Amino acid sequence: MSDAPKRIHLVGFGNPGRLDDGLGPALAAAIEELQLPNVSVDSDYQLTVDDAHDVAPYDVVVFADADVRGREPFYFESVEVGEGISFSSHGCSPSAVVSLARELFGGPREAYLIGMRGYEWDAFEERLSEKARENLEEAIQFLKKVFQSGDFAGSVIENDVKAL
Amino acid sequence: MAEKRIIVEPVTRVEGHGKVSLLLDEENKVKQARLHIVEFRGFERFIQGRPYWEIPVMVQRLCGICPVSHHLAAAKAMDQIVGVDKLTPVAEKMRRLMHYGQTLQSHALHFFHLASPDLLMGFDADPEIRNVIGVAKKFPELATQGVLLRKYGQEVIKATSGKKIHGTGAIPGGINKNLSIAERDEFLKDIDQMVEWSEGALKVAKEYTMEHLEELGSFGSFESSHLSHIREDGCMDLYDGGLRAITKDGDKIFDHIPVEQYSDYLAEEVRPWSYMKFPFIKSIGPEDGWYRVGPLSRVNTADFIDTPLAESARVEFMALTSGKPNNITLAYHWARMIEMLHSAEKIRELLNDSDLQGNDLVIKGERREEGIATLEAPRGTLFHHYKVDENDQVTMANLIVSTTSNNIPMNLAVQKIAEEYISGKPEITEGLLNRLEIGIRAYDPCLSCATHAMGKMPLEVKLIDAEGKVVDQMVKG
Repeated sequence: MSDAPKRIHLVGFGNPGRLDDGLGPALAAAIEELQLPNVSVDSDYQLTVDDAHDVAPYDVVVFADADVRGREPFYFESVEVGEGISFSSHGCSPSAVVSLARELFGGPREAYLIGMRGYEWDAFEERLSEKARENLEEAIQFLKKVFQSGDFAGSVIENDVKAL
Repeated sequence: MAEKRIIVEPVTRVEGHGKVSLLLDEENKVKQARLHIVEFRGFERFIQGRPYWEIPVMVQRLCGICPVSHHLAAAKAMDQIVGVDKLTPVAEKMRRLMHYGQTLQSHALHFFHLASPDLLMGFDADPEIRNVIGVAKKFPELATQGVLLRKYGQEVIKATSGKKIHGTGAIPGGINKNLSIAERDEFLKDIDQMVEWSEGALKVAKEYTMEHLEELGSFGSFESSHLSHIREDGCMDLYDGGLRAITKDGDKIFDHIPVEQYSDYLAEEVRPWSYMKFPFIKSIGPEDGWYRVGPLSRVNTADFIDTPLAESARVEFMALTSGKPNNITLAYHWARMIEMLHSAEKIRELLNDSDLQGNDLVIKGERREEGIATLEAPRGTLFHHYKVDENDQVTMANLIVSTTSNNIPMNLAVQKIAEEYISGKPEITEGLLNRLEIGIRAYDPCLSCATHAMGKMPLEVKLIDAEGKVVDQMVKG
């Protein structure tokens, strides 16, 4: 077992022009500002197949997204390969990205998803709702501690509000 | 009456929210088939009151898949607002490079991620393997090429627009950066490989079509008019040109129409059962004036392509229909790969053009109140139309996106497929679902883009009888 610090990559995704759908990119921007060691940050409207190439070299990848009806203020779960893979759009699920990354490029070793509860979606406005902002703040503090401790598996918070 | 209505909601592997409803008669034959698209219509209103120079950046929020198309179309319209009809060479070539990067990555994404599972694994393959992971396991080399082609296009966008997303490269009257020597050399290292991989993908799409010609000849296919913009000499031009529309036989309906006059030739109709508008060619009328846009239409409308490998592929494509328009819906995939190869060739051509290192980035002319532009976006002709007042604020915006133009054609594809695969069978089958999705996906539609939050897009299928009672239901995803 290597004692070298884990190389961590955070990918926030969502459309900041659609209200709380911008929670993922907002979390990515906040973590980037912290300039944490061994943590790189990326942001996009949605995950696509080329993210498989980008996440593969890292020890740990954390995806950050908004969630329509998940646990408040957020959950933090391991991304399981082959679980719930669906291809409903040009975008990929975190599970699909990790599956593809491991299949084609041999990594990453660990992958997690932080799903922040959002509340407002269906308008073109570049702002977060008040409750979403509160959830974002809690998620930032949580991730900061997890990144600094390096204990990802021990930090899992299950989403106890499953999709209908 | 014992009518039944089958609803497929939403359609998988297309963007946003859509559902298919199939109304059956008492003999379980398709009486009516419709693709309903729930499209946000608030965007035009959202940008009213904003200063015009913000628009090329702001419109990228409209779509998570082709933000560059909206960025460039808005910038072209705003060129007119600032009185610029012709950009400097570096500005136009940087924008073109950005656009070919966008087309390359978008076509690669569609073909490898969305289309190849159907084509390589078969329409009736188990959904567990009929996806990009299945392709990666069975055809790892091809899947890797797809990922890296997409990534290359994304890197071109980043270098030309300044950022991977929400780029600022194109500004009214020009561009805000050139391509450095270091950036150019980095792209030159891999461009031959991208051209070669594009040729390989084209071969897959062509061979698939040729091997399944009989089946595809009827699969969601129908004769139609086609529209695109076209260069003055009739060459395919994805960035700029006049409007050309042709009939199903290839006769010109109109040609080289300046895009500023689009509203003299095209109109939009609203129908009560859909949120989307229905554009049509005015001279033909709303009933029969619909047309197709996108790769199939562009290859059909072009007299030639000005890159050798893509031109050779176009000649081969058109030979299949003896030079007449090809109206096979699934031939969109073949045409899309011709354009991907063309884009790779164009990127190579531009990378070797020293104008990209020029410094004359922006010009301005006499201020105008109205700007209209088109762009051949990956999915088809995109129209941006704006009016700006004396305070520099946008007072009117009208956008016609390619998925809107393909609205009727997608409905017709659904109708044709449903008639072929459901008649006499009053239940939802996996085979029917697959084929409906495959027919719609050929158009690579991007519906209400970019709201993707988890939990919003299950696949729900309902069979409802005439009284509104659900008699069958399937949920996917």
